[in-house]
Amino acid sequence: MNSLAARRRHPAAIALLLLLGLLVTGAVYSALAPQRVQAAAAADAGQDAAQGKKLFQANCATCHGLNATGTEDGPSLVGVGAASVDFQMGTGRMPMAAPGVQAPRSDKIKFSNEQIAQIGAYVATLGPGPSVPDSKYTDGTSGDAGRGGEIFRVNCAMCHNAAGAGGALTRGKYAPTLQGVKGKHIYEAMETGPQSMPVFNDSNLDPQAKADVITYLKSMEREGNPGGYKLGGLGPVPEGLFAWTIGLAVMVGAAVWLGQKGA
Amino acid sequence: MTTHTSYPQSADALRASDRTARPGATAGQRKLGGVAGWVDDRTGAGKGVGYLMKKVFPDHWSFMLGEVAMYSMIICLLTGVFLTFWFVPSLGHTVYDGSYAPLKGVGMSEAYASTLNISFDIRGGLLIRQIHHWAALMFVVSLSVHMMRVFFTGAFRKPRELNWVIGSVLALLAAVEGFAGYSLPDDLLSGTGIRAMNGFMQSAPVIGSYLTYAVFGGAFPGEAIIPRLYSAHVLLIPAILIGLFTAHIVLVAVQKHTQFPGPGRTNDNVVGYPVMPVYAAKAGGFFFIVFGILALMGALFQINAIWAYGPYDPSPVTAGSQPDWYMWFTDGALRLLPGWLEFETFGFTWSMNIFPGSLLLLPLVYVLLAIYPFVEAWATGDKREHHLLDRPRNNPTRTAIGAAAIAAYTVLALACTNDIIAIKLHMSINDITIALRILLFVLPPIVFWVTKRICLALQAYDRDTVLHGRESGRLVRTAEGRFFEAHEPLDEYTRWKLVQQEIPQPLELESGVDANGVRSPKGKHAALRSRLSNFYYRDRVDAVTPSELEAAHHDGHGHEAIEPHDAPASVGTSAHATEDDMRS
Repeated sequence: MNSLAARRRHPAAIALLLLLGLLVTGAVYSALAPQRVQAAAAADAGQDAAQGKKLFQANCATCHGLNATGTEDGPSLVGVGAASVDFQMGTGRMPMAAPGVQAPRSDKIKFSNEQIAQIGAYVATLGPGPSVPDSKYTDGTSGDAGRGGEIFRVNCAMCHNAAGAGGALTRGKYAPTLQGVKGKHIYEAMETGPQSMPVFNDSNLDPQAKADVITYLKSMEREGNPGGYKLGGLGPVPEGLFAWTIGLAVMVGAAVWLGQKGA
Repeated sequence: MTTHTSYPQSADALRASDRTARPGATAGQRKLGGVAGWVDDRTGAGKGVGYLMKKVFPDHWSFMLGEVAMYSMIICLLTGVFLTFWFVPSLGHTVYDGSYAPLKGVGMSEAYASTLNISFDIRGGLLIRQIHHWAALMFVVSLSVHMMRVFFTGAFRKPRELNWVIGSVLALLAAVEGFAGYSLPDDLLSGTGIRAMNGFMQSAPVIGSYLTYAVFGGAFPGEAIIPRLYSAHVLLIPAILIGLFTAHIVLVAVQKHTQFPGPGRTNDNVVGYPVMPVYAAKAGGFFFIVFGILALMGALFQINAIWAYGPYDPSPVTAGSQPDWYMWFTDGALRLLPGWLEFETFGFTWSMNIFPGSLLLLPLVYVLLAIYPFVEAWATGDKREHHLLDRPRNNPTRTAIGAAAIAAYTVLALACTNDIIAIKLHMSINDITIALRILLFVLPPIVFWVTKRICLALQAYDRDTVLHGRESGRLVRTAEGRFFEAHEPLDEYTRWKLVQQEIPQPLELESGVDANGVRSPKGKHAALRSRLSNFYYRDRVDAVTPSELEAAHHDGHGHEAIEPHDAPASVGTSAHATEDDMRS
């Protein structure tokens, strides 16, 4: 004991004490923090919806109204279902950063999966609507790619492009690219028909048909671009542009170089 | 060489000297020797080949644009042969069972299945397919730029009008050949193109439906069209292309290549190097450079990913349906034409919302191109031969016409890409279309005016440089304390390029009656011709004449002089403008 007291003024003492304090704090936090998460996860659906309502009123009510019945700035959400919420918020479209012709997809997802699920649970209480799909339809391997491709070309390609690269609609609206979109979100989009998109409900395209479409899109992604850099994948326009810019520049560059060479 | 062997003088020996040549030493052997002589003896080709080998060509990078086109076409032919080994030009039904997983088990035509096969299961097939397609795009790009070079330098003038016409036909055929080619795979995009072409043909007034039935063998693109396009693509059009292209090249050799003006270059000579050995090496090497660039493009950049489009089926259409770039302008015109132009009379539908853009414009553009040299020659009234090129600024109206035409063409081409512009630049497709409709009429006149002004200004600048020398950047202070920038006279080689041009005069209006007051048959068009000539040559900056140069040198002497000169005598003359500017 005496020897320890004698070393209390050792230069390392303060650093050791700080380290000890941090260790203890960290250990206590790690012991407590998971419990809080478990508590939230264990909450029942009623609590989820109540929590979702709070989140909704704080973040969404400005446009969609305090009771989600819509205002001049945003549509009513009665009956849109949890699938709609999961699609709109899970792809970063909602909440919208700025008014525009169309909510753009964004990589900045503003809410956690848990919060999105809570808001979804709240919106689902407003009226019956589609719920978040089962992952067995959305993992991109459970369908028939060939059949999915046929369904895709007949129903989707006229707006989203045959390769899913996206296309223009009227007045600045557009069908976004489907490359790099999660299978779950593609399914939800078909089911809920967000923005300008028509609804493909289960009597129109059954869940297996939707799974086929997702499988087709995902298998195209898996195949990659066997021909090299895809130049945006938008067909003859970027190809023509490339020929006129880079292609022509290299050809002319070679001609200038050769033209400067004397005999 | 005849060799004489000496024999003892006998009767037999007398005959020996009759043989003036040994069997091998024929005319060809004496002249050329070896294999060349052997060939010459049998074909008489030595003279022609010798003529070609001694042909002199001038050196300039822009003269090689046509070469790029020629080599791209040859590469198209070579890679195309490879593709024909596996391509099946048939719309027979088959079920795909190749290695591209997303299309497994899908019903499709044999044409599409064989194209997938070339892309995924034939060794090197995708590379060759991509080189073929890139070479086709670069063929039309480089021939277009080559045409611009010929146009802007006035290389189409007598005696080369015919070759310009041949070139215009080649350009049109290249576009048609390209269309036939990219329609063959029978993927969704190309099938949509064929279906569109089917509709375009139907829009032709009166004969539309007959034309469509003749070409497609029915009311819809059925099974006949792909084999027919295939014959056109691999046989008919390439044969015409090669024939015309040979005529094009032969005419270049016969008429000699044009050259840019410069010291020692006249209308009667060609300054450059002979084909053998210089151009044979240069052009041969350039072929491999072009081949290398196209191979790199084919290897690194994906083009026409037919597997992503899926097989053609009449019901679906894909967003972003565009033809290859050389057809954009017709598709663009179609997108700009308002729908209300369609009307019905006498039981016929007149699809003026479709016909002018889709069917009329393509031949019209190439006809306008082909007749241009004759229009300009008529307006200029010039019947002489021209082997020296114009610098584009020295014919401001022609340059402005060319620039305005390019502007109009570009607007039409951009209109075809309106949906891609809309999605990439986040704009409204409706606004883009309206803006392009306006630009189609507004932009060309603006471009015409601006280009012409720039040309005239550049000519004025050249004139000024010749008269007053170039700005040396050296400031001189006189004893009085005045500053001016010393100008240095141009050396005569540089000056020659700036003074050699001949600026045509507008043609005078002929009275239309001859000396006896009788209407001359020429008079009918005289007014039009005079107006056109005025349009071309009314605004002019004449080249500096030797006497003007002489006068300027005496007058502008003060620039080089350090001593102050007699100010009142020189102030106000143009020669001292720079000096005045410096003082103010």
